[in-house]
Amino acid sequence: MAVMTETGTATAASTPALKRRSPYPGWFFLPAAIIYGVLFLLPTFASLYFSLTRWNLFSSTFIGFDNFAQFLREPFLIKGLVNTVIYAVVTSGLKVVLGLLLAVLLTSQIAARGYLRSVVFFPVLVSTVGVGITFTVLMHPTNGMINEGLALLGIKGPGWLVDPNLALFSVALVDVWKGVGLATVIYIAGIVAIPKDYYEAARIDGATKLQNFFYVTLPLCRPATVTVITLSFIGGLRTFDLIWAMTRGGPGFASDTVASVIYKQYQAGFYGLSTAGNVVLFILIAVLVVPLTMLLNRKEGHE
Amino acid sequence: MIFLRRYWLSAVAVLASVVVFLVPFAFIVLMAFKDQKQASLLDFSWPAGNHLWSNIVEVVTTRNWMLLTAFINSTILTVASVTLLVIFAAMVGFVLQRRKTRFNGLIEFLILAGLMIPPAVVPTIWLLQGIGLFAKLHGMVLIEVAYALPFSILLYRAFIATIPRELDEAAIIDGARPFDVFFRVILPLLWPVTVTNIVVQSVAIFNDFTNPLYYLPGNANATVQLTLYNFQSQFQTSYNLLFTNIALITIPPLLVFLFFNRQIVAGMTAGAVKG
Repeated sequence: MAVMTETGTATAASTPALKRRSPYPGWFFLPAAIIYGVLFLLPTFASLYFSLTRWNLFSSTFIGFDNFAQFLREPFLIKGLVNTVIYAVVTSGLKVVLGLLLAVLLTSQIAARGYLRSVVFFPVLVSTVGVGITFTVLMHPTNGMINEGLALLGIKGPGWLVDPNLALFSVALVDVWKGVGLATVIYIAGIVAIPKDYYEAARIDGATKLQNFFYVTLPLCRPATVTVITLSFIGGLRTFDLIWAMTRGGPGFASDTVASVIYKQYQAGFYGLSTAGNVVLFILIAVLVVPLTMLLNRKEGHE
Repeated sequence: MIFLRRYWLSAVAVLASVVVFLVPFAFIVLMAFKDQKQASLLDFSWPAGNHLWSNIVEVVTTRNWMLLTAFINSTILTVASVTLLVIFAAMVGFVLQRRKTRFNGLIEFLILAGLMIPPAVVPTIWLLQGIGLFAKLHGMVLIEVAYALPFSILLYRAFIATIPRELDEAAIIDGARPFDVFFRVILPLLWPVTVTNIVVQSVAIFNDFTNPLYYLPGNANATVQLTLYNFQSQFQTSYNLLFTNIALITIPPLLVFLFFNRQIVAGMTAGAVKG
C-alpha cells in the first residue's frame, strides 16, 4: 500500500497539471483561518498593547506597566486573583474525586444505572444563568430550601451566599453540581476502556475491591484524569457566568474572580485596566496549566 | 447477601440522586405553577392552584414580547453559527489530517491556544466596532464560530483519521475535483461526528451568556440567556415568573438531551481515552 501511495505522488509530481489539483487544497484553511485570525488572534495580540495603555476605545495613552502594577496593588484586585486560583483548585479537585467515585459506582453492577447516569449528566446541558438563579434562591439564608432542610435535621444552615468567607465556596459547590456529570462521563469512558484482563489477573491474585480500585482502575484511567483536571481547571480559572449570576462578585469583593473583575472594569469604562485583567488571566492560565499538563503527562510516561 | 448489599447501595444512590439532582428541577417546575404570593415564600410546596398558563403568558408578553424575540435571536444565532462551524471545521480537519506540511505544527499550536486562552474582550469589541459588527447578530455568529472552531476541528481531525485515504484517491482517479472530493465523498462520511458536533456546539452556543453579554448589547438583540439575566433584576419580587422563564429556556436542552444523549456524551468524552 505504501508503494502505491509513493507512485501516486510520483506521477502527480511529474505532471504539473495533476499537481495543481492536489486533493487537499490549502485554501480549505482560509475561511476558518480568516475568522479565527481576525476575531480571535488579532484581539489577543492587540490586548498585549492595550493592556499597557489608558484607553477609552477612541484614543489610548501609553502608560507602561501601570495597569499591572495596579492589579498587584489594589486589595480587591489581588483578592480576585487569589479567588480565581482557589475556585479553580476547589472545583477541579471536587470534580476529579466525585466524578471518579460516581463513575466507579455507575460502571459497577448497580441497579438503575441508566437513570443515574442521565440524572447526573443533565445539569451539564442546562443554562448556567438558570442554575445560578435557582441555587441563589435555594441558598437563601432564611427561607431557602437548603437551610430549611438542614433545620429539619436540627442543623443551623450557614448564610451560603451572604457570608463573605463562604460565598466563593458556595458558588464553587454549585459549579461542581453542574459540572460533575461531565467529569463522570469522561471517567466512565476511561474505565470502560480498561481491558477486562487486568481485573481478571487481579482477581486471581486475590485482590480486594479496594485494591482493585487503587492498583488497577486508578492508574489505568489516568488519561481520563488528565482530561478532567485540565478541562475543569481551565474552566475554573475562566469562570464568569455562574459567579455573575449568583453573587456579582459580592458580598463586597468576597467572591470576585479575575473574569468578573474584567467585566466590572469594562462596565466602569477602565478599558485599559480591563484588558490588563485579560492578560493577567492569560498569564495565570499559562503559568498554572502548562506545568500542570507537563507534570501529568510526564508521570504517565514513567509507568 | 450480595443481592441485598447491591440493592441497598442502589437504593442509597437513587435516593441521593433524587435529593441532590431532581429536587432542584422539581423546585423550578413547582415555582412555575405558583402564583406570586406563594412563590415569594421560596419553599418546596405543592402549588395552590395552577397558574402555569398565566405565568407563561405574562413572561412571554412582558417588555413587548422580548422573550419571543430572544428565542428567535437565539435560534438564528445557534443555527447559523453551527452551520458555518461544521463546514469550516470539517474543511480544516480534513486537510490538516491528510496533508503533512511544515505548517501543521503551527496550526496545531494555534488550535490548542484557542482552547486555553480566554478571549481578549475589550480589544474584540474595539475591533468589532471598527468593522461595523459590534452589537450585530451576524457579528455574534462569527464570534461564536471563531471561539468554537478549535474544539470542532479536533473532533473532525480525529474522525477523519479513521477514513481510508484510498477513498480520496479513488475519487480523484474518477476525475473528481478537490471540491467534490470533499463535499461529495468525504463530508457525507463524516455524518456521525457531524451530528456530535452539531449537538454539542448548539447546546454550548444556545447556553452562552458571557459572549452575548459583551458583544451583543441592546434589547433588539437579546438572546434567551441575556433575557433571563435581565429578568433577574426586573422580577426580583415575582419568583413565579422568573422560574417560569428558567423552565421555558430549559426545554430546548431537555429535548436535545432526550434525543441525542449518546452523541453528546460521545462528543464531550472524545479524547478522554486516548488522552
